[in-house]
Amino acid sequence: MSKQKIIELTGVSKEYDGTLAVEDCNLYVRKGEFITFLGPSGCGKTTTLRMIAGFELPTTGKIMLNGKDITNLPPHKRPVNTVFQRYALFPHLNVYENIAYGLKLKRVKATYVDKKGRTVEKIEKLTKKEIDQKVARALKIVDLEEFEKRSVTTLSGGQQQRIAIARAIVNEPEILLLDEPLGALDLKMRKDMQLELKEMHKKLGITFIYVTHDQEEALTMSDTVVVMKDGKIQQIGTPQDIYNEPVNSFVADFIGESNIFSGTVVGEKKVRFINKIFDCVDDFEKNEKVDVVVRPEDVKIVKEEKGMVSGTIVSCIFKGVHYQMVMMVGRSEVVIQSTKGYPVGEKVWISIAPQDIHIMHKEFVSNVYDGYITKENKVWFADGEFECDVTQLYENSHLDEEGYLITQDGEKIDLTDVDVKVEVGLKDIEIIDNDVDGDACGSIISIVYKGDHYQVIIRTDEEEEDFVCDTEYVWNENDRVSVKIPTEKIKLKLKTEDKK
Amino acid sequence: MKALRFSRKQLGIPYALFLLLFVVFPLVLIILYAFTKVDPNGYINLSGVKVSLTFENFIEFFSKSSNIRVLFISFGLAIVTTALCLVISYPLAYILAKSKLNKNGVLLILFILPMWINFVLRTAAMKELLFAIGMYNSNKLSFVNTVIGMVYDYLPFTILPLYTVMIKLDKSLVEASQDLGAKPANTFFRVTLPLTVPGIVSAVTMVLLPTTTSYVVSDTLGNGNVTIIGKVIESQFSTVFDWHAGSAIAMVLLVIIFITMWITNKFSDDEGSQARGNGLW
Repeated sequence: MSKQKIIELTGVSKEYDGTLAVEDCNLYVRKGEFITFLGPSGCGKTTTLRMIAGFELPTTGKIMLNGKDITNLPPHKRPVNTVFQRYALFPHLNVYENIAYGLKLKRVKATYVDKKGRTVEKIEKLTKKEIDQKVARALKIVDLEEFEKRSVTTLSGGQQQRIAIARAIVNEPEILLLDEPLGALDLKMRKDMQLELKEMHKKLGITFIYVTHDQEEALTMSDTVVVMKDGKIQQIGTPQDIYNEPVNSFVADFIGESNIFSGTVVGEKKVRFINKIFDCVDDFEKNEKVDVVVRPEDVKIVKEEKGMVSGTIVSCIFKGVHYQMVMMVGRSEVVIQSTKGYPVGEKVWISIAPQDIHIMHKEFVSNVYDGYITKENKVWFADGEFECDVTQLYENSHLDEEGYLITQDGEKIDLTDVDVKVEVGLKDIEIIDNDVDGDACGSIISIVYKGDHYQVIIRTDEEEEDFVCDTEYVWNENDRVSVKIPTEKIKLKLKTEDKK
Repeated sequence: MKALRFSRKQLGIPYALFLLLFVVFPLVLIILYAFTKVDPNGYINLSGVKVSLTFENFIEFFSKSSNIRVLFISFGLAIVTTALCLVISYPLAYILAKSKLNKNGVLLILFILPMWINFVLRTAAMKELLFAIGMYNSNKLSFVNTVIGMVYDYLPFTILPLYTVMIKLDKSLVEASQDLGAKPANTFFRVTLPLTVPGIVSAVTMVLLPTTTSYVVSDTLGNGNVTIIGKVIESQFSTVFDWHAGSAIAMVLLVIIFITMWITNKFSDDEGSQARGNGLW
């Protein structure tokens, strides 16, 4: 892998009808690299790929290929080929014609020396023989020799996939884009194809940009993984980095299984979670609230004298190579993977090595919104109208009978339409499982388990504001819910104060 | 009580009867009439009239140069109409299928709405329109007027099958073509056009054959100058009262239609049998 950047995206964003599919994407790919865009569906990974291919034009930002700006270049002029999710083989052409499609359109510069000794440059098509050779070579690479005359519709999914790859690599692109190419194959075939693709990447030396939602696939195949969520890049790194040092709880949760706890930094390289102080290797500010991530395989069940925390096994499932157990420590669940299984109900001691405790800044400490005061001295934010205590806006103020605010100095203020900053704690939001009883309603878009509670994100329907709440109860994604916030928990601040 | 149960075969009986009564039986009658003529010494009794087997009806039809002319005019008219319909409706269907304006199919419905208005009424309206702009008065323009009427009447029938095929066309195929280095024109001729052949074939079958016989249009708009084969058959039955000659012409038409069907089907088999979305037929 050379150090040379083959493609570079700077500040690339893509907007569809007002929603950002990709937001301020900055990344580069080195020549010969196998890079994977990983993320849940709708995270913008395919959109990013399509912008590199030229099917979508970025709303803002620049895409550079080998130092040249290709942002607005149409797809047919880019030295890039794509393997599509559903293969997109031409059904009216046979295998040979499918693979030769790009070659037949290709024009190459050829130089001749004419009779007078001058060199003449001509742009000509590839000859039939050249095309034949290239197609045969491509078919050999994908292991489907002698399939040339077959109709593509008679091929199995795996074979079609190989033809799609052959059709792309036969053009010798500088970059090969693969959009979830193995998504439609069964598990066994997918594993085989993963290895074959990796092998092909080594042999061909082309840059591969791969899109998948399968974290295992990403870790197995890539040199570099780009984890994306909601159109934003969360982390870029080698598979090892991403797995061992996730930057936030989303990445930790998405890549492999993990225990995510809420913790507090209590001293230099000391963190407190599940009611116990652990040594760790990351240095954070004292008293900072943090997310603590521990991989299940890093939780070791040990003898009592070496143990740090004890708990009771509540479930034990055999998973082939290992047992997956859940242990309760106080009110927190700890997932453990071990080659030895322990019966349910047994009390065990565990220890976690300092380097296996990954600490990261908490993503959300509180919810902050822009809102305004309505006529009834309620506050409107995030698609809902909430009861609140407006007197907190001015010290020692009170409301008169007509609803006007009287300040300390006796000044009378009409608060209607005053812009305010609203702050609500994560634990202060009550979720109601219907969309009528609360003050604002929406759907749950994400749920992450954090050891002893769930962190739920509720997105409102119209303004698409997010409520992040910590709750003990389990919810499902896409549940319709509404939220209620106790009056005293809504913290208000005048916006003008910020400006001062 | 035993539940009433039918096997699949029994359920098919009404349809078989229907086919027998309204398709097979009339066809047999037409064949019978076409190959016979009234002959007092005949040995076949056809509804009280003695007839004998003969090829005379056919010989008579083909020996009249005016009949051959009618045949040519009919097919000339049909081919011109079909070609015009395709030229107009192909880009239109493409735009409708791709356009964001047609999200709920409203635009499409506007275009095929005339199909639901009475055929004769539409033709009469077209006549008034042509009259108003002065085209109807000129005898030289009779053929053109008929073509205009036919295109107007049959356009929805070509838009619909083309639209159906195009809406099903996988967008990623077009993208794949661009990705492999094809310019927009190349993509159209190498991917879009071949994959929409089934739509073109069904559009052709829906227009080419009916236009050879729909004499309502040529009668109304042709100002008496355009006679098509359908008109000849009609007059044999309702004016001349020679059912034998009429049946023979109908047979000739039937054979020609079979041949064209066979050719178009062969064409679509070669080109589009593997295509996704096989049109209406």
